[in-house]
Amino acid sequence: MTKNSTVSKVLEKEYKYGFLTQVESEKIPKGINEDIIRLISEKKQEPEFLLDFRLRAYKQWKMMDEPKWADLNYPAIDYQDIIYYSAPKGIEKKKSLDEVDPEILETFDKLGIPLNEQKRLSNVAVDAVFDSVSIATTFKEKLAEDGVIFCSISEAVEEHPDLIKKYLGKVVPINDNFFAALNSAIFSDGSFVYIPKGVKCPMELSSYFRINSGDTGQFERTLIIAEERSSVSYLEGCTAPMFDTNTLHAAVVELIALDDASIKYSTVQNWYAGDKNGVGGIYNFVTKRGQCKGKRSKISWSQVETGSSITWKYPSCILQGEDSTGEFYSVALTNNKQIADTGTKMIHIGRNTKSTIISKGISAGSSKNTYRGKVHIGSKAIGAKNYSQCDSLLIGADAEANTYPYLHSKQIKSNIEHEASTSKISEDQLFYLRSRGISNEEAISMMVSGFCRDVFNELPMEFASEADSLLGLKLEGTVG
Amino acid sequence: MNQKKIILEIKDLCGGIEGKDILNGVNLKVCEGEIHALMGRNGSGKSTLSKMIAGHPEYTITSGEIIFRDKDLTQLEPEERANIGVFLGFQYPIEIPGVKNIDFLRVAVNQRRKILAKSELDTIEFEEWIEEKLKIVKMQTDFLERGVNEGFSGGEKKRNEILQMALLEPEVSILDETDSGLDIDALRIVAAGINKLHSNERATVLITHYQRLLNEIKPDFVHIMKNGEIIKTGGKELAIELEQKGYETFQNPLNENTE
Repeated sequence: MTKNSTVSKVLEKEYKYGFLTQVESEKIPKGINEDIIRLISEKKQEPEFLLDFRLRAYKQWKMMDEPKWADLNYPAIDYQDIIYYSAPKGIEKKKSLDEVDPEILETFDKLGIPLNEQKRLSNVAVDAVFDSVSIATTFKEKLAEDGVIFCSISEAVEEHPDLIKKYLGKVVPINDNFFAALNSAIFSDGSFVYIPKGVKCPMELSSYFRINSGDTGQFERTLIIAEERSSVSYLEGCTAPMFDTNTLHAAVVELIALDDASIKYSTVQNWYAGDKNGVGGIYNFVTKRGQCKGKRSKISWSQVETGSSITWKYPSCILQGEDSTGEFYSVALTNNKQIADTGTKMIHIGRNTKSTIISKGISAGSSKNTYRGKVHIGSKAIGAKNYSQCDSLLIGADAEANTYPYLHSKQIKSNIEHEASTSKISEDQLFYLRSRGISNEEAISMMVSGFCRDVFNELPMEFASEADSLLGLKLEGTVG
Repeated sequence: MNQKKIILEIKDLCGGIEGKDILNGVNLKVCEGEIHALMGRNGSGKSTLSKMIAGHPEYTITSGEIIFRDKDLTQLEPEERANIGVFLGFQYPIEIPGVKNIDFLRVAVNQRRKILAKSELDTIEFEEWIEEKLKIVKMQTDFLERGVNEGFSGGEKKRNEILQMALLEPEVSILDETDSGLDIDALRIVAAGINKLHSNERATVLITHYQRLLNEIKPDFVHIMKNGEIIKTGGKELAIELEQKGYETFQNPLNENTE
C-alpha cells in the first residue's frame, strides 16, 4: 500500500454535478466582433450607454495581450471559437417561474438550489444563472420591503440604469486587464445588489452560476453596492457539466462599500475540473475587486476553490476610506492536473486601514497551487496594518505549492506581517489516526479540515457545511 | 485453576522495514489479566514489534503470525485492529495540527463503540463522558480544545496516550516507552492510569528500558529482546537482574556462538 494510492482514492470522488441538462438553447454565432456585441446588446434591449461601454471595452481588449505572468501553461485560447451568448429558448426576457422550462428548474433542484416557492431555502435569496441568463431571483418582493434590490444585472440595467451608470466599471475599469476587458465587452448576465442606507440585509443573498453548454463561455458580471451603515452577506456557487473541451469563464465582480458599510462575499467554486489527465474543465479567469470607499467600511472575501482546471483569481480590496478593513480568507484545493494561481491584493490608501489575509492551499496529485498576493501601503496610509498567513499542504510526492507575496510600503508608520508555511500529510500522522480506529479516508479528511479551520470559521453557516462536504470531509465538529 | 484465555499470540514473527530484517522469529503469548514487560536495548526490535502488531504500513512481515483472539491481525488494516481492541501507545505521539483533540477523540471512540455495539456519543454526551476519564490522567478540559498533541510537552503527550487508552477500552495495550521523557511525578500519574485501566479481562505489554516503571507497575512476565528475538523470559526479578548486570550478560542460548 502506498500513500499516494490511498490519498488519491479519497480525492478522486466523482464530480456529482457533471450532468448535462437537455434544453433547447438559442445560441448566437461563434466569435467576437463589434456585430456580436451589438447583437448581444440588442437581445438584451440595452440602453445606449451600455452598448457604448461594451464597445469601448472591446476596443481596449483588442489592443491587449493575454497575461502570461501567472505561469499557467495552457494551450492558446481561440477567442473566435467561443460562443459568447447562449440562453435556453424563449427566455431572453425573464418571465415568472411557471413559464421557465421544467428541465431547468429540475436542474437547480438537483444542484440543491430549489427555486420554487415551496421548496426554496427559507433564509437565502437566490439568483440562478443558467449559461448566459438569469433564470429566476427568489424573495425579490420580500427584500424590496426593506428597499434592498436583488436582481439580475440585466434587470438592473433596465430598472435602475442610474445606479448602473454610476457604478459599473468604477472598481474594475474596462481596461483593467485582458479578461476584465473581455468581460466588459460581452458580459451576458449576473447579479445586482443594492443595500440602501442603514439597512442590514435581512437574509443571505446568493447567486448560483451554472454553465450548461460545452462550447459557450460564461461571462457574468456582479455588482454589489452597500450604502452608508448597511451590511450584506452574499454567497456564490458554481458548477458545470463534464465536457472534454475547456470552457472559458471570465467573470467580473465589483463591490462598493460606503461609510460604515460592510460586505461579506463568499464563494464556493466547484466548476468541473477536468479528468485525471487534465482533459476538459473550466478555465476560471476572474477579476474580483472591492472598494472600501467609505470610512470604517469593511469588505471580506472568503473563498473555497475546489474546481476548474485552471483558476486565476485575486479578490482584492482597495482600502480608501479611513479605518476601513479588508479581509481575504481562502482555501484552494487542487488535485490531478489542476492549476490554481490565486490570492489577493490589499491596497492601503486611507489612514489606519487594516487588512488580514489567511490563505490555505492544498495540493494533491500532480497539481500546482500558487498563492500570489500583494500588499501595498501607500504614502498616506499612516497607521496601516496588514497581517498575512499563507500555508500550503502537500499531499503526495508530485504536487506543487508556491507562495509569492509582494509587499510594498511607502509609509514608515505602518506594519506588515507575513507568515508562510509548507507542510505535508505524513505517513506517521496517517498511521497515528488509523491506529485509533479512524479510516484512512476519514484521517485525511480530518487533517485537511484541521488545516483549513481558520478559513472555514469565516464562512457563513450555510456554506460552511457545503464547503466541508465539498472537500470530502465527513467529520462533524471539526469545522465551524 | 481455569486455563487463562490467550488474547494475543505472536508466532515466529520475522520482518522489518525497507528490506532490512529486524525481527528474527519472535514468540510471545499474552493472556487475559497479564502484564508483560518487554525490555531490551535500542535496536533490539521492541518498537518494530509494536508497530507490526498495530499494522504500520511501512513495516513488512516476511513470515510468522500475529493472532488476536483467534483472528489473524496481519490481514487487517490498522484501523480495524484498533476497532477490535488493539491499542498502541506511541513512544513519540504524533502532532496533528488544527484537529481539535476532543473532535479526534470522539471520532475514535465512536468507531470503537460501533464494534462494541454501543450507541455513538454526540458532542454533549461525549463531553460528559470524557470528564471522568480525564481524572485518570489528571488533565484539565482545556487540554481537549487544543490541536491533537500540538505543542504538548512530552509529559502531556504521554498522558494523552493514556487518555486514549482509557477512552478506547482496548483488550490489549502495547505501550511503547510510555515512561521515556517523564519526570517522576508524571511517571507516577501515567503508571497509576495504566494500573487503573488494567483488569482481568485485559492485557498490557509495557515496552521499556528501565526498571523504574516496573516499580510502579508490577509485571507478571519480563522478556528480554535482543537482535529481533526474545532471548529470555522470567518474572519480575529478571528486570532487577537486568538492571544490575546490564544487557551484555544476556545471550540467546540457542545461538551463543554467533555473538
